[in-house]
Amino acid sequence: MAKNTVNPDESLIKPKTLEEVRAMIKSHKRNDFIFSCIGLLTIVFALLTLLILFVDLVMDGYPKLNYQFFTEFPSRKAAHAGILSAWVGSSLIMLVTFITAVPMGVATGVYLEEYAPKNWFTDIIEINVTNLAGVPSIIYGLLALGLFVYTFHLGQTIVTAGLTLGLLMLPIVIVSTREAIRSIPVAIREAAYAVGATKWQVMLHHVIQYSFGGILTGIIIGMARALGETAPIITVGALTFIAFLPPAPLMMEPPFISFEWLQSGFTVLPIQMFSWLSRPEHAFHINAAATGAVIIMLTLLMNGTAIWLRYRIRKNIKW
Amino acid sequence: MAQNKLNIKAEAKNLNFFYADGTKALKDVSLPVYENKITALIGPSGCGKSTFLRCFNRMHDLYPGNRYEGQILLHPDNTNVLAKGVDPIEVRMRISMVFQKPNPFPKSIYENVAYGLRVRGERSKSAVDDKVEEALKGASLWNEVKDRLQDLAFNLSGGQQQRLCIARALATDPEIMLFDEPTSALDPIATVNIEELMSGLKSKLSILVVTHNMQQAARISDYTAYMYLGEMIEFDATDKIFTNPSKKETEDYITGKFG
Repeated sequence: MAKNTVNPDESLIKPKTLEEVRAMIKSHKRNDFIFSCIGLLTIVFALLTLLILFVDLVMDGYPKLNYQFFTEFPSRKAAHAGILSAWVGSSLIMLVTFITAVPMGVATGVYLEEYAPKNWFTDIIEINVTNLAGVPSIIYGLLALGLFVYTFHLGQTIVTAGLTLGLLMLPIVIVSTREAIRSIPVAIREAAYAVGATKWQVMLHHVIQYSFGGILTGIIIGMARALGETAPIITVGALTFIAFLPPAPLMMEPPFISFEWLQSGFTVLPIQMFSWLSRPEHAFHINAAATGAVIIMLTLLMNGTAIWLRYRIRKNIKW
Repeated sequence: MAQNKLNIKAEAKNLNFFYADGTKALKDVSLPVYENKITALIGPSGCGKSTFLRCFNRMHDLYPGNRYEGQILLHPDNTNVLAKGVDPIEVRMRISMVFQKPNPFPKSIYENVAYGLRVRGERSKSAVDDKVEEALKGASLWNEVKDRLQDLAFNLSGGQQQRLCIARALATDPEIMLFDEPTSALDPIATVNIEELMSGLKSKLSILVVTHNMQQAARISDYTAYMYLGEMIEFDATDKIFTNPSKKETEDYITGKFG
């Protein structure tokens, strides 16, 4: 028999009977079932952990979760202590973070993705940006202490904390901006160039607009992370007991806007929580639990907003 | 057809094109594009016909490292669109393009057509309105969309989207329109619509169309060029190419013995 002819009876692959095919499909489908069970179990486990944590915090802190808690300064008497200075501090710091990190991050993302030439120098920048997202936050705190506090003499103030968290958030914004831009099909850019648009017009009228949902998601997730950060804020010198508010940014008389608040000392929600937790009295632990519940609710609210915005913006875009 | 009345709108002269990786995709290609005529580029996949088409509006400039040699002259001003000193944006303002797959912007129907005018700095609302209507009529889409100009372009059917892209390319009064396999993603009825539309457009401008469909080239074009492996094998009147080609390779391709 010639080598290259195969006798069907001697073929290694035997034709299957219908029963055998059915049995085979059944056994393959069992793997589908097993995988979806494992998937469901892990997700339930993850969500349940978060839920139990959250419910526990809410139950512990329930007696404090009222209007007064948000309008009172911290106090030596647990019953009168509130988180006014902490949430105002967190809000103002988030404002500084937003104003600095968002324009810089989006601009960097657009530049790296669209304008920068592809060479070893931009490769190094890329690798560094990606790595920055994984640097432990305390390192940012030490960097900020050396740079903002000691070199630039910005002091242990709101502006220092805002810039520090801005640094922390920057790589998240850059990476998500680039991902969002990359998802725009080449055909859409070419369509814009083909009618005579310049690069900047393509960016402004198309690329940034169509990737806005993704960029926004990155911004909000970055903000949510920055909101819960404690280590870098402690490093740059947050206070743990503040019974005053920073000067108001808006005034009734001219010039109406003041930037004095940037120079003010501050505390933030996670630090307020930490300082109460480290006290021996049980009453303060209730305050800490209530603060924890507030932080988680804020984070969930921000992430929820991100999902909703992304849905709203992407509804009109199909590719 | 009176040969002496023909004007050349554009002509490629000894064009070579190199991709960034060094591949020579076009070899010494020359071709006239006659005014108010449809010129079809045919040939098997990978023969360089789309590459050639995209030289006319300098699309290759969008990707670094690509290189042209030779000329594409645009008449009557004799501008070499490939010259270093000629801005590709200026070229694209004169030569517009319709792509293989409909690629409307995720904006309203109106904004899609008006975009070329916006880029040209047209501010007057009524002037843009008029031009959008004219372009949509020119692309035989006006009757279908006149009551929903603010709807998203994505809500149109594939054939309507392609006609919208034609309207977008038409709104800026181009001298030449390039079509890169404009019907390859469309059903037969939408294809007929686009073909009729193209035949109607040639009274206003000159058309260069890449097609993988020989029957389409035979139906719509006045001139046909057969390309193979980056070379221009034969160029002639469409009737001549399809009935009595002078090269053996062209005949083999036309009759289906090859490709």
